[in-house]
Parts: sequence; C-alpha cells; structure tokens
Amino acid sequence: MLMEFLNFYLIPGIVLGSIYALGAVGVTLIYGVLRFAHIAHGDMMTTGAFLALVFVHGLGWSVPVALIPSIILTAILAVVLDRLFYRHLRKGAPIVMLMASLGVGLMLRSAVQVIWGVDPIAYVSGIQRPVVYGEFRIFTRHILIVVGALVVMGGLHLFLTRARLGKAMRAMSDNPTLARLSGIDTDRVVMATWVIAGGMAAVAGVFLGMDGHLHSMLGWHVLLAVFAAAILGGVGNPLGAMLGGLIIGVVEELATYPWIGTAPLLEPTYKAGVAFAILIALLIWRPTGLFKGKVL
Amino acid sequence: MSLLEIDGITGGYGDSDILHDLSMRVEEGEVVVIVGPNGAGKSTAMKSVFGLLTIRGGAIRFKGEEITGLKPDQIVRRGICYVPQVENVFPSLSVHENLEMGAYLRRDDFSASLDRVYDLFPPLKEKRRLPAGSLSGGQRQMVAMGRALMLDPALLLLDEPTAGLSPKFMDQIFDIVRSVNAQGVAILMVEQNAKQALALAGRGYVLATGRNRHEDTGAALLADREVAEMFLGG
Repeated sequence: MLMEFLNFYLIPGIVLGSIYALGAVGVTLIYGVLRFAHIAHGDMMTTGAFLALVFVHGLGWSVPVALIPSIILTAILAVVLDRLFYRHLRKGAPIVMLMASLGVGLMLRSAVQVIWGVDPIAYVSGIQRPVVYGEFRIFTRHILIVVGALVVMGGLHLFLTRARLGKAMRAMSDNPTLARLSGIDTDRVVMATWVIAGGMAAVAGVFLGMDGHLHSMLGWHVLLAVFAAAILGGVGNPLGAMLGGLIIGVVEELATYPWIGTAPLLEPTYKAGVAFAILIALLIWRPTGLFKGKVL
Repeated sequence: MSLLEIDGITGGYGDSDILHDLSMRVEEGEVVVIVGPNGAGKSTAMKSVFGLLTIRGGAIRFKGEEITGLKPDQIVRRGICYVPQVENVFPSLSVHENLEMGAYLRRDDFSASLDRVYDLFPPLKEKRRLPAGSLSGGQRQMVAMGRALMLDPALLLLDEPTAGLSPKFMDQIFDIVRSVNAQGVAILMVEQNAKQALALAGRGYVLATGRNRHEDTGAALLADREVAEMFLGG
C-alpha cells in the first residue's frame, strides 16, 4: 500500500510539482520586476520544449543535452519579445501588458502549430522501463526532472542571494523607485529577468514534454496551475513559488488517491480542477499567499 | 561657487508648476534646512535637485556643473544622495543588503564606508542580517540614511528624516545628522520639526507656496518672532 502510494502518487506529484515550481518562479520574477501577469509563460514553456525537439529529432541529440540550446534560444526569445512588444507598453496600465502577453502567447502557440502540426509528438518513441529498487520503482526521466529542477532552483537561489545583479533584482522587485535612486541599472535587471524566466520556462517545458507528449497546448494547459503556484507562494517571492509549485503538484496527484474506499477520491479527469480550486480559495481568503507577496 | 546652486527654478510634476523662481544654495560642509507650512513645496524643492521634477525655468548647478534635467542615476554618480521620506528602504532585503545596494555604483572595495555606517548606527550592526522591513521606524530610518551614505556623497538630501518618529529617535536622528556633517558631508534637509532642525542648521530657507519667503542663519530664523509664529508652531 505504501509502495503504491509512493510510486504512483507521491513521486508523480513531486515530479509535477517540480515542473510547476520552475514555471511559477519565472512568473513570480516577471511579476516582481515588471509588475504584470505574463500570460504567455505557458506558451514560452511550449516553445522551449519544441526548440529542444529540433535538436533531438534533427541532430539526434539526447533530451538532456538538447536542453542547453533550448534554454539559450528561449532566453533570447524572451528578451526579443520584450523589446518588440512589452517594452513600449511599460509606461501604461499593467492590464495592457497582460493583454499583450495574451496575444504573444497566441502567436507562439500558432507558430508551433504551423511548424509541427497539432498531433502529439514524443521526444523518444517506445516504452521506457522504470528503474526498480526492491518495491520502489522510479522512471529515469523522473529522477532527471526532480534533480534537474533542484539544480536550477538552487542555482537561482544562489544568484538571488549572492550575486550583485540578483540582489538588484530583489531590490527592484521591492521598490523600483528606490532602486533607480540608488543607481541600479533597471534596464539590465529587466533583461536579466527575461533571460532567467525564459531559460527556466524552457527547462519546465522540456521536462513536461519528457513526462508525456509534446503538443502545442502543452504549456497553456498548465498555465493555471503555474499561476496558482506563484500566488500560493506569495507573488514576487521566488522561494514561495518553488514551494507553491511543489504543493500544488503533490496535492493534484494525491487528490486521485483512493483515500476512502477503493475509488479515487477525485476522478483523474478533474485533476486540473485542483489548482483551480486552490486558486479560488486563495483569492478569497488569502490573496497574499503563504509568504505575504504582492497582490496580483 | 557654492557646492549646490538652485537658480530661479520654476517647475512641477505634470503640467502645473509648484515651484516659482526658487533660489537656494548650499556651501561645502554646510547644513541647510528648508522649513515652511504644509504644501509650501519643500519636498518638491529637494526633488528638483534629484531630477524627479519637470523643470521649466532656471538652472541647478552642482560643483559648478549644470545638472538640471539629469536623471536620478546620473545625479547619484556626481555625489548627491537622496533619502526619501517614505518607502526609503528595500523591506525584503537584509540591512546589510540594503547598504550593499546603496553602494551598487561602486566598483571598488567599499568596506571602509560600510564600517563607517555601522559606526554611525550601532544597532544596525547587530541586526544586519534581518530584513529591513522588520525593523522599527527609527531603525528603518537609519538603514535609509546608511544606504544613502554608502557612496560617500558630498551632499546628502534628507526629506523629513524625523517624520513619524518618537522624540527619543528624533534626538538620535539629529545627532546622526550632526555626526555625518562633522565628516564633511553637506546636508540639505526638509524638516517639519523646524525648531530642532534650525538649531543645528547653519542656514535656513523659509518657503511658502513654492517661493522664497525668508533666508537667514539658523539662529536668526529661530529668534525671529514672525517666522516662529507663522511657520514653526509650538
């Protein structure tokens, strides 16, 4: 029983939670520094996943190695999209940037559909066997995702707490006027924010694709959960976003466990509703989230 | 040539003007206080120096060079630092990180300046790892001033540094202003607690409706009955 719980519910929950965490941190950083909800974030994840596909199917690289060009290209794409669309709109109301990101997301999704079609694609064809340790079973890709997510998030944490630019990013998130008064180069901080958010979105997208199939709506389908995670952790708080992502991923998977009797507590079809329910509850009772972030 | 010269400036935030033909100067190492009734444009006058205002007439010069219309980060580079009245710290950053951000523009080793700030504000040293937002009002004000001092400015602009503080902290802040000035930093200060401020000021300006009304030494302004009644209250 315990093994079944671990193998089929808790571990998938942690895997999903790690992916949500990666996406949520990007969203929360963008909100903290740029003060708008980046609706195109899911589609940026999708783009990252498909960019990796080019190297996997085209050059025969393994998925982990293909991550590297995907991260670089998605980071560059994020900066380019900012220059093209969001930069001019920064002086106006934040809702305008939100609408623009809705449009940008649509563009990205459509581009993926035009290039790769609408049918699901797998990175690697064939069935993968899990690694077995006694009764404990785990898929290699799951180990890769959790460890990879830990490494990325650990690296980000170091950057935000040890690097001068990272601290400047936190300062700008706290008080943009005072940051300018202190001489912080706000343009550079903004660019760094897009690079990091784009890079992390690519990692999240590739991991999502690894754990299932690639399709144009890959990131769009998890956008709600990613935003719920960011709000749960307190918008603007990267550590909170990591925790929020993990919580939502685990709760989502555990909700389908047969807690009472033999039938799942929640039908798997309704899993997406878990994040939605958490989001609604948060917005009603505690919009600032666990760690008292800004109100979205 | 004065350290800072505000020469007949007219300007405001949007389309309307708040300051009208305002002139002031600060000499090297001086403490100059701006007093006046609410809405007199005292904080606005200071923001004009720091590039936070639209200036439509007149000029501002620092060390002889014109700085009118420059952006805040350019003005910081020239040796003027500004402590706003509110929202003057980074609340989620630690005290130490706040000071580090104050020194952001410095590429050299600024540990000497850091030590000087911790000497000026001993309570900050023991709380240096705590988030600045968790400190009391008086200590947060210390962080705000410390952040501004990290660049070793020649001129420090203080916007109502004792606003909202208990009398004990008020005295502390004025002592600190005195100590900072003793290290050679010129200070331009807006203060509502005019009596105490003028007592330590070299000179003072009385403003009303965005214009000059009075200028004299701190002592003279304190002694002036009319000024006391109209602007200094009880």
